Amino acid sequence: MNLITGLSMLDLSRFQFAMTTIFHFFFVPLSIGLGLIVAIMETLYVVKGDEQYKRMTKFWGRIFLLSFAVGVVTGIIQEFQFGMNWSRYSRYVGDIFGPALAVEALVAFFCESTFLGLWMFGWDRFKKGVHLAFIWLVSLGSAFSALWILAANSFMQNPVGFKIDHEFDRAVLVDFPALLTNHQLWLEFPHVLFATMLIGPFVVIGVSAFSLLRRKTEVDFFKKSVHIASLIALIGTVGILVTGDSHAYNLQFDQPMKFAAMEGISEDVGGKDEQQPWSVVAYTNPETHETEWSLDVPYLLSILAHHDVKGYNKGTETINKELHEKYDDKFGEDMNYYVPTNTLFYAFRVMAAVAGVLGLLAALAWWFTREKSTFDITKYRWVLWIFALSTFIPFFGTTAGWLITELGRYPWVVYGVLTIADAVSPNVSFASLFISNVVYFLTFTALGGVMIYLTRRVMIQGPEYVDETVDEEQAPADPFSADAFDGQGGKN
Amino acid sequence: MPSVLQILWFVLIAVLFAGFFFLEGFDFGIGMSLKGVAKNDEEEDALIESIGPHWDGNEVWLITAGGAMFAAMPYWYASLFSGFYLILFIILLGLIFRGVSFEFREQMETSKYRRLWTTIAAVSSFIVPFFFGLMFADVVKGMPMNATGDISAGFFDYFNIFSIVAGVAVALLSYMHGLNYMRLKLHNGSLVQRAIAQLKVLYPVLLAGEVAFAVTLYIYTDFFTNKPMITLGMLVVIVALTLAAWYTNIKGREGWSFLALGLAIVSVVFLLLIGLYPRVMVATDPANSILLKNATSTPYTLKWMTVIALTMVPIVLGYQGWSFWVFRKRIQVKGEK
Repeated sequence: MNLITGLSMLDLSRFQFAMTTIFHFFFVPLSIGLGLIVAIMETLYVVKGDEQYKRMTKFWGRIFLLSFAVGVVTGIIQEFQFGMNWSRYSRYVGDIFGPALAVEALVAFFCESTFLGLWMFGWDRFKKGVHLAFIWLVSLGSAFSALWILAANSFMQNPVGFKIDHEFDRAVLVDFPALLTNHQLWLEFPHVLFATMLIGPFVVIGVSAFSLLRRKTEVDFFKKSVHIASLIALIGTVGILVTGDSHAYNLQFDQPMKFAAMEGISEDVGGKDEQQPWSVVAYTNPETHETEWSLDVPYLLSILAHHDVKGYNKGTETINKELHEKYDDKFGEDMNYYVPTNTLFYAFRVMAAVAGVLGLLAALAWWFTREKSTFDITKYRWVLWIFALSTFIPFFGTTAGWLITELGRYPWVVYGVLTIADAVSPNVSFASLFISNVVYFLTFTALGGVMIYLTRRVMIQGPEYVDETVDEEQAPADPFSADAFDGQGGKN
Repeated sequence: MPSVLQILWFVLIAVLFAGFFFLEGFDFGIGMSLKGVAKNDEEEDALIESIGPHWDGNEVWLITAGGAMFAAMPYWYASLFSGFYLILFIILLGLIFRGVSFEFREQMETSKYRRLWTTIAAVSSFIVPFFFGLMFADVVKGMPMNATGDISAGFFDYFNIFSIVAGVAVALLSYMHGLNYMRLKLHNGSLVQRAIAQLKVLYPVLLAGEVAFAVTLYIYTDFFTNKPMITLGMLVVIVALTLAAWYTNIKGREGWSFLALGLAIVSVVFLLLIGLYPRVMVATDPANSILLKNATSTPYTLKWMTVIALTMVPIVLGYQGWSFWVFRKRIQVKGEK
């Protein structure tokens, strides 16, 4: 504990982990989602031979590359920080967690980065079909990356396939395939993939709306782009609601404290023949852990949690007692099993609201951009403004989702196996941690700022900018100027 | 005695780091040459283009080395990464800014900001190899640590004559490796001529640096006491490869020159890891050094990882090699004949 600031090493380490993963996770789903859209656009180009789709591939490809670059560099932090900040964690579960990360690098990262290089610089060197295969390999690689890192996270949420080696005081792997058959993984992985299908499309929808607000050129280009994006977003919405529901449902059994906090239940609720109300808003006193007030909708919790009109759930008080009974032998009586209830409660509502709003907006965007549609959206600036600002909405949803997932696992870093307090590096100094927190924060602010600035610039240059590079590319004298997005950048 | 699997993974991690320094070595060299050799925008464009499709894939060698270390030797990974917290933090910042610099530079509006990102690319391309050289020198020198492997060290444990010499040597090797790569990838022109002129001066400097490295290695480490013949042999190999690179450089055989200096870099990595063996971390108090046989994951995990690595590595080498072959054509600086 540091006397001056009142912050402990553990606080700083946790804050740093949260900051680096949240920032990283802005760009990862954006890259995966945009990568999918770009791949679909290029597929349409190859199948239909319509140049407009090639222009779309290149234009949205520029934004995809920006987000990919930031995603990659912030990803390196992730791999290093387990050893740097969480060395005791690394020793304790390295036998299990390490392989997932190593396989991710070997299977996914090489694939993504190599084929992205070929895609970026290979526009005029390959047959259309081969070039198309590159972007799909990038997409496949990023999906594999998500699979393996979520397999690692799923182990932390719901540890499987291991035993405790008391001689070396560590957890060791006894069943490697179990990491991939972990049911937690098959709740998380699809949920995250569907989230990418909201983030990517809404950046396309938002940037299109911003563009049309600036000037009414290239209307066909942006309409077609939004039509594709909104269809993907609709699939994403349905998917995220279905997987989100089964995810939350399973939490009742896997991590009851997380579930109770998400629903703000401090006392047991319902019974064999009783309905359970669902709180729209509520406040739980962080000291007494009692719900002080709430606004309830009858029956709704039973429907959500049991897919029935009646049901029963334990409140945080009961769960706290049960956890003490179960774990006091191992972790001692002083453990605090309460999680930050209000944060989880509202994060869950933010996440659900984001999904609902985005679903609605996606449906509208799809409707407005049908070929048959007679509605001229460019005349309604306020509608465009709504779509433009919707660019930022999905990021609140993903951040809320991770806050629930990670904060709700408290006090453990590996559920029921290792506490967060026992995971942190003992030898990293307070000064080091403080410096790295501050510098990371400044770096991320700068990167985020430049990223938004450049996205805006790509938008202002518009699809026409891509046309110029296309022309230059086809000049046989200098095939390397092809480097798809090179050329006049900065010179005009 | 470590088991066969443990030795295999020690070798594999050594190979991954060697691959990283060989491949990213020239990326860093090209990055530094943006300030060291290039004189205008067109030359900078051509240099970045020469590594454009490859540098990201090359960097994955480091990610994989780190991942392999975590998976196969968690006790090494935990001790090294937490013990060199600030050094690795600086390396991370270097990798972050180098990583975005090319893309950001490309998209900048004014030449002022383009130049800013060029400078960032050059500086970060120096920082990463310098601090990696420094860190690995400190690892073989030995650090104050407890029996668990937690390092608690002071400024001069990190920054000393040996580690600074090693850092400078690795950065210089990377720079020259980049210049050699430039000769291979670019059409001959004034840019390449300047690189050749620099190389002529730099080879004697590098040899002096290697001698300084050997002397400080003798003073600061136990390499010459533990394994005098191998250490001496490896040092001779490094110097011989440097001489070969120098000679072929004068003769205009740029391919051989590139290969020889690249192998010199690989030899440096192997020298350090051979001297490290059978330890993975050297402690100031020898009783606390972490031994390979105690540092690894279970045989079960190592077996799985071996199967996966032996399946995936040939595939990765295949397509990564193919991407180099696809872009084998030399690059012309715009506006030059």
